[in-house]
Order: sequence, then structure tokens, then C-alpha cells
Amino acid sequence: MKALCWYGKYDVRVEQVPDPKLINPRDAIIRVTATAICGSDLHLYDNVIPTMQAGDILGHEFMGEVVEVGSAVSNLKAGDRVIVPFTIACGRCFFCSRKLWSLCDNSNPNAGMAEKLYGYSGSGLFGYSHLYGGYAGGQAEYVRVPYADVGPFKVPEGLSDEQVLFLTDILPTGYMAAENANIQPGDTVAVWGCGPVGQFAIQSAWWFGAGRVIAIDHYPHRLELASRFGKAETINFSEEDVAERLKEMTGGIGPDACIDAVGMEAHGTAPDAIYDRIKQTMMLTMDRLHVLRQAINCCRKGGTVSVPGVYGGYLDKMPFGGAFAKGLKFAMGQTHVHRYLPTLLEKIQGNGHPGFDPTYIISHRFRLEDAPEAYKLFGGQQNECTKVVLTP
Amino acid sequence: MLLIDAIERAILAAHRLHNRDEQQEQELPKGCAHHQLNVIGEKTMKTDSITADWENRVAERERARSRPAAVSMKGIQPKKPCRSRKNVGVAERIASIAVGTALGFAGRQKGNMGGLLLALMGAGLLYRGAAGHCLCYDALGISTAKHNDNTAIPAKQGVKVEKTLTINRPASELYEFWRDITHLPQVFKHLKSVEVQDGNASHWVAAGPANMNVEWDAEILNDHEKNLIAWRSLPGGDIDTAGSIRFQPTKNDRGTEVTVSMKYNPPGGQVTDYLASWFGGGLGSKLVDDLRNFKSLMEAGEIPSTQGQPRGPS
Repeated sequence: MKALCWYGKYDVRVEQVPDPKLINPRDAIIRVTATAICGSDLHLYDNVIPTMQAGDILGHEFMGEVVEVGSAVSNLKAGDRVIVPFTIACGRCFFCSRKLWSLCDNSNPNAGMAEKLYGYSGSGLFGYSHLYGGYAGGQAEYVRVPYADVGPFKVPEGLSDEQVLFLTDILPTGYMAAENANIQPGDTVAVWGCGPVGQFAIQSAWWFGAGRVIAIDHYPHRLELASRFGKAETINFSEEDVAERLKEMTGGIGPDACIDAVGMEAHGTAPDAIYDRIKQTMMLTMDRLHVLRQAINCCRKGGTVSVPGVYGGYLDKMPFGGAFAKGLKFAMGQTHVHRYLPTLLEKIQGNGHPGFDPTYIISHRFRLEDAPEAYKLFGGQQNECTKVVLTP
Repeated sequence: MLLIDAIERAILAAHRLHNRDEQQEQELPKGCAHHQLNVIGEKTMKTDSITADWENRVAERERARSRPAAVSMKGIQPKKPCRSRKNVGVAERIASIAVGTALGFAGRQKGNMGGLLLALMGAGLLYRGAAGHCLCYDALGISTAKHNDNTAIPAKQGVKVEKTLTINRPASELYEFWRDITHLPQVFKHLKSVEVQDGNASHWVAAGPANMNVEWDAEILNDHEKNLIAWRSLPGGDIDTAGSIRFQPTKNDRGTEVTVSMKYNPPGGQVTDYLASWFGGGLGSKLVDDLRNFKSLMEAGEIPSTQGQPRGPS
């Protein structure tokens, strides 16, 4: 089959590889019908995530049709159309039984590696480094899905691939970011980063009862999406001082909740952002946390900082004193995708009302064999290129 | 890693040689110095067992029942060990000679006072290796020269690890899996096979360094009310090992706390394990990986794996 393989910084190639086979009794093989490039795939493309190996198959947002199931999978059969959560969960450990799916105890074959770095290991993820299990991803014609009796979620008839594809990661991720932000009715929510997760966090903030949503970015097109589809007020950080502007907009109080939908590769021209960039270039740090620092700084006293953006290592110059002095609450982590699927599917279906249409973030569509070009475009032209969908 | 493999292989071979020598020595008449030293070794072991005291008492009772009086402690007056006796095992002697020679050469190269000191240390190690006698071991009452047929691993030797993991299943289920020791190669990745022989005895085969098999016989010492299993290897195998596993239901309804305690004499002693730990190996991290396999198998019904999945040409 064809699959998109990682070979290093800015080097991804479509290669001919063997078809996947069932390995464990709870596996299924899925024929991929649609897959997307995630903003977090760009961290791999930029080679800032450790433990990648040449030849690794990428892709953690994918859906398709079941072609084969293992002996222990009874709820799926060949022909079923499913979306697959990017977090791999066994469904039976302490964490899964508490719906903390992305913290599954059993799905990471390289848990020992993650334990050395982080103390304990999170769940395995598709196509996202060996630290997260080294599973082959879904930017391919076929993919093996472990614990298929737990993860894959059947798609009701009448919905297109593009309507449901983002249920695999970014829509639940934006939703969990808003849930983590502890939004009370009427609250002001500031969202850093107007990529797909930021867009969906903005939308979700309204669902949780926000009174005001403020979107922060420097790409005019992304800010426009936030304004047009997300009904958010906007701040362009290349034109305005974010901290001052947020203070002004909130009558000097600051936003009640701040969402960092950017993560470890923040852009910025402030001295701390330049400092981070130099350190990252010299391989002295994995993370550039300009946005996180700013979110902590801008958040109102007693407010909540929610972090859906990915971080990888030890954070330098983290203003923890400020966070402590202001009594902030933090919530973060990989998304417990399984938990949100029924709710979000209902939002998309609408149940008599006009449903939520997440396809507005799609800017480009490519064939799988042109994926390297798509990565180049997505990595280089973030203003116009907001989301790429690939079809094998 | 090749170097480590080669060293481990040499040491393993030495260890086998050592076991053969020992079997011949064991044919010596009782009452000679060798035999009495053995008994002293046993006494020390009792204060430094890897299992808890009460487990030990149960095990000891069983031993006393099944063994002839000659092995019992009663009636034997320990004598002061004589100074000229060998107290360094074959593997250690080889290592001593190797390091001693290297230090001697290094000392000569330096050619100053520091060099002289190195050369002297080298000479000391060479003596230790050639004569098989170590003054420090004498002072500490340690001997690595003898295999004690009453203890799998003598006191103050070997590597001991203990790891605990909570498994979200009832204790009885975990115990049942473990009690059929032929299941163990499923979770202990280095084990190739475990065969039950008669009664409590079994034969174990594991993958050793450089594609060599490591084999030993073992017996179950203790099997207590579905919450504890203890075992030890029998003399004459490639490796000396002893261990126990305990299954303790958690108080907060999270399943069972499983604690594995293991002690073994790796070929080459503590030094090998320490070296292995530099390369991410060592018994401790292997045991955690194996326990995690056990947890996954019991909770999720399978051990997560990516073996055999496709990847791009490299």
C-alpha cells in the first residue's frame, strides 16, 4: 500500500510499504477513506518531537471502512464505516474506566520510555513518535487499529467523511479545551491560536456558556475565520500588545479563562519568544512557550489556563510565581476523544436544528500521493492553509 | 554492546565451569572445612532473605521436613574459617585478572607515583585472581567461591529488585494465571520456556547474551493461600535466582497490588548488572517491563505490540 513516511526535518515521502496485518486479537484493519494533516503533525515535520525514526508512518486523524477484525472484536464487521480516535485506549484499565482515555495504562508498548521521561506513560497515539508507542499512522491506504472493540465509532448514514473526520481529534480537542477552561455563564474566554483546534475551542466556548470570546493570532485569514464562523472578537498580536488590549477589553480584570491552542512552537517577536527560538535552534530546548507565558500573565486572578496545545519537555522561564500569586488553575493533556464523540456527533447532526458544520476550516484537499506537497504548504503558508484533507 | 555481550558470554562460560568444579567438590567427605563453611553461609542467608520473615519460616519448616538431618544446623559447631581458603568465584577471578593486568599496563605507561599506585592495585587484583583469595572478603565473611545447596543465592551477593504494580483485576484471577508457571513466558519476554517436571520442580530456559540459552531448574518453595508464590533455583543451573510474588487486594477497589521480589546472581555479579543498567538493561527495568506485560495481559487481554507493522524503507 501507499503510506506517508517520516524521514526527518521537512522530509516526508509517500512510500510503497507492506499492508498492515492483525497483530493482536482486539485489532481491526481499516481501509482509510479520508485523513487529515493535524497542526501537531507539523511538530513532527519540524522535527521538534523526540523519538521519531526514519520510515515511521504518520497520521492520527483518519476514518474509513472496516476490512478485517481480530478474533476478540465482536461489535464491528467488515464494511462498517468508522471514525477512529487518535488516542489508543484499552477500555479496561483504571484510567479508561474513569473515561480518562488518553491516559490508558495499557496501550503504549513503549511505556517504559515515557516513564523515564515523564514518570508515567500516557496512552499510545497513532503516528506520533515512539515515545507514544510508535504505532503506524493513518496517512496511508490501510491502518491497523488496536482495541477496535473500544475505539472505532460507527458513523450514522447521511453524514459525509468531511463532516465527521474531525471527530477523530481536533473537534473533541477544541471541545475539551473549553471544558477544561471551567467556563461559567457570561465568562470572557481568550483563545491563543486560530488554527483548527483554536477555531473549535472558540465554538465550544459558546456551547459552554461564554459571554465573550476573544481570538488571538497574527494570520489575518485565520482571524477572519474566527470572527466570521466563530463570532469571536479578535486581536492581531503583530499589530497590538496582547496584554494591554486584553486588559482594556475586560475593564482591567483580564479574561476569566485563557486557552493556549498553540503549544510548543509559538511564534512571536517579544524578547522571550526570540530567546526560546534561539534555544530551540541550538537544540537546548524542545519547547517555545511564549503563548503559555502570555496566557498566564493575562489571565485574571483565580482564572483558568487550559492547554490543548502540545508541549514535549521541560519548560524554561515559566512564570510560575505569577501563576501562584494569582491563584490560577491549570488543565491540560491529550484529548479523551472517546468521551466526547456522542455529544459532538449530536452537535453535528443538529437534532432538528441546523447542525454544526466543521468543514469551514478545510482550505485544501489533496490526494495521499501528494501529501509531501501538502505538508510543505501547510507548514509554510499558515495564513491561507488552515486544514488539509487527504484522500487515498 | 558487543563488548558487553562478549564479557557476559565469557563470564557465563566461567560460571558453568565453576558449577562443574563445585559438583566435584561436593563429593568431598563431610566434616571437612568446605562443608562447614557452607553451613556458615546458610546461617548468614537466613538474616538476609529476600522474602519476609514469616514466608521464610514457612519455607524453612518445609525444608526441614524434606531434608536429612545432615543439613540441619543442629549439632554442628562452626569453626573459624582458615585464612588460606579460596573465597573468590571463577567469574570474579577472571575479571580480577583482566582488570589487574589493565591497571598494571596503565601504571607502567604513567611512570610516576600515581602510576606506581595503579600498578600496585593491579598487582593486588592479579593476586586475587590467581590465588582466588580476597582479604576484604575474608574480613567481611563473604565467599563467592562456593555454591550453597541450601540457598539459591548466598547472603550479600547477587542483585535484588522489588517492584509493585496495581492491576485492575481480582487477586484470585492473577494468582491462578501465575500458579501455572508455563504461562510465564507470555509475560517474561526473555523466557523461552518453562516446563513443569514432577511436583514443585520445573525446568526454565531463557535467552542469554549472544544468543546463548541460559537454563536452570527451580522449585516452588511456598504457595500460600492464593496470595503468595515463592520460588528458587536449584544448584547446577546456569543462573542462581530466587523470588516471590504477592497479590494484595487494594483497599480502594482498584484491583490488586502485585509485588514481585527477585534476587539473582547475574553472570559476573553485581558489576554486570550495574554495567547493564547503563545501557537501559539490568534486572530492575526488565522486571518493570515484564510486570507491565502481565498487567496488560490480565486487564486488556493482550500485550500491546507494534511488531510486524508496516514502515517505510530506511
